[in-house]
Amino acid sequence: MTTHTIPMSQTLKNAVTAAVITAILTIPILGLQLTLQGYTIVLESHWRPVWIAVGAVFLFQLAQPLWRRKAVGIKLPALPEMSSRQQRLGLWVLLAIGLVWPFFGSRGAVDVATLALIYVVLGLGLNITVGFAGLLDLGYVAFYAIGAYTYALLNQHLGLGFWQCLPIAAAFAATAGFVLGFPVLRLRGDYLAIVTLGFGEITRRLANNLTDWTGGPDGISGIPKPTVFGIEMARSASVEGAKTFHELIGLEYSGEHMVIYLYLLALLLVGFTLFVTGRLQRTPMGRAWEALREDEIACRSLGLNPTRIKLSAFTLGAMFAGLAGAFFAARQSLVNPESFTFLESALILSIVVLGGMGSRLGVALAAILLTLLPEFAREFAEYRMLVFGLVMVLMMIWRPQGLLPARRVHVELPR
Amino acid sequence: MSTTALLEVSGLQMRFGGLLAVDGVEFAVARNEIFAIIGPNGAGKTTVFNCVGGFYRPTAGSVVLDGHAITGLPSHRVAHHGIVRTFQNIRLFKQLTVVENLLVAQHRQVKTNLLHGLLATPSYRRAEREALERAAQWLDRMGLSDVANREAGTLSYGHQRRLEIARCMITGPRLLMLDEPAAGLNPQEKIELQQLIDRLRHEFGIAVLLIEHDMSLVMGVSDRILVMEHGRPIVTGKPEEVRNDPRVIKAYLGED
Repeated sequence: MTTHTIPMSQTLKNAVTAAVITAILTIPILGLQLTLQGYTIVLESHWRPVWIAVGAVFLFQLAQPLWRRKAVGIKLPALPEMSSRQQRLGLWVLLAIGLVWPFFGSRGAVDVATLALIYVVLGLGLNITVGFAGLLDLGYVAFYAIGAYTYALLNQHLGLGFWQCLPIAAAFAATAGFVLGFPVLRLRGDYLAIVTLGFGEITRRLANNLTDWTGGPDGISGIPKPTVFGIEMARSASVEGAKTFHELIGLEYSGEHMVIYLYLLALLLVGFTLFVTGRLQRTPMGRAWEALREDEIACRSLGLNPTRIKLSAFTLGAMFAGLAGAFFAARQSLVNPESFTFLESALILSIVVLGGMGSRLGVALAAILLTLLPEFAREFAEYRMLVFGLVMVLMMIWRPQGLLPARRVHVELPR
Repeated sequence: MSTTALLEVSGLQMRFGGLLAVDGVEFAVARNEIFAIIGPNGAGKTTVFNCVGGFYRPTAGSVVLDGHAITGLPSHRVAHHGIVRTFQNIRLFKQLTVVENLLVAQHRQVKTNLLHGLLATPSYRRAEREALERAAQWLDRMGLSDVANREAGTLSYGHQRRLEIARCMITGPRLLMLDEPAAGLNPQEKIELQQLIDRLRHEFGIAVLLIEHDMSLVMGVSDRILVMEHGRPIVTGKPEEVRNDPRVIKAYLGED
């Protein structure tokens, strides 16, 4: 920690330099503007905003030594460190709250919450690859897309329903993960990240350009919602003579039922994902992931095949994206390539990093936080990415290990 | 000799670009033999280990284990043949507990299917319990029972060394390769290490390939010794032969 004072002349020099750089940067953006006057375009100069920017930067830089000296004493509040048992308890509490509130919440809120739950599944799935096994995957959205398109296409061409397609979508996404993993997992770190990034982009482009199959940019619409054990949930049955859900139950038809049903299904999916990932972590496979993340050479020296172990993490992670994808398609009734951009991959990865790699409760909380915040702050929609970036930067400074760092359940030797 | 040899290395050469790190190395390790490789720093001892263990693919020569050519196999496949090693700068899974380190090492023995693990079927639970029991036995044998549930990275240096050996032994190897196992140990721990190596050899019938700088340990425990200098073998023989060989003395102490 340096506490020595910076000489005044140095500070002044810094401030002037910063002000000049600001001027260079702001003049083309703020100072000069093209405007249409009649039929000609005129270059107008606005010097005031430039002066304000330059002045602000100059003063800020000048005052920086004072501010920095004070900042040494400022500590951000510490987040609670939770033990693995507390984290498990937290998950149960979260699930219980999730089960009850939609019956009291508004229709819009439940709908948004459903989306949040899809992101919880995605976050937990990517957590297997990134958090448990330590493999950076920047193209995770590809598996999400494969799941969504699998359901959409199978429904459109073969008329299969949601429940039949859900396992197929998971299997397809897992297969895609496996096939991609084979050549790719020889790479490490940055190289792996770049190849997966490319894969994500290729998948989206394919969806965009294979117009005959995927409908191109328009996508596929009219995807049916899930049924309740084969019973449709609609105002009237699509097949002559069949009964719909509200007729059987004897309730007045309401669109809200479908929203709540979808929400509860999403919650079920989250529960399933939580259960499976929790168990996985404690199987020999889960331990091998952990070991591989720590020391690949030691793993190899003990006879663990690194490619197989990585492949399993990649495949299982992809499988959950497939599940989430099929569900997403059913909720939206529409899939198009727009939903599967790189930004989605980045968002899901942020969920994992923000929550704390390997921590299931952390990831679940981060997913809810990152999907709900933009909904609450609609006025700031334009600044969404800006705020998002700011949050990430703050997190890296404040708590690089994530909101709730993973606390593994260790195998204990009873004594 | 050659009929009973467990490991036969012949004409081993390892070239890194223009550097010939190991050249013309030949030796055979018999079953149940403790064989040491010594030599000044940079003589290529660890490179020999890496070639035998599959971490490097040798540029020439062959490595044969019990009649099977294992030259150039990837390291995890070499481990399946029964050759495991420790590392000069210990490579434990530091954030896993001591027991978990031993569980990971049993990955090959514990044959469980992923679905069984997810559903925690009785057969899976039994396999896990057995793995845990084997781990407990090894911890007991190595005197590590007290620290069983600690994270491996928090152990003392001597304990870490022993855990690394236990982690190798639990895989049921035929040849144990120890890369400078006495480095950083105090005299008392060195004596214990020597007894341990001897005991492992007798109780489990393994052969040991040892790289070590500590001469009293090497001379005390080894059946035969290979001396290397500048990547080439200079002498192979029993400890007393090696000790008095003028070439060895020259390699260590220089001319005159």
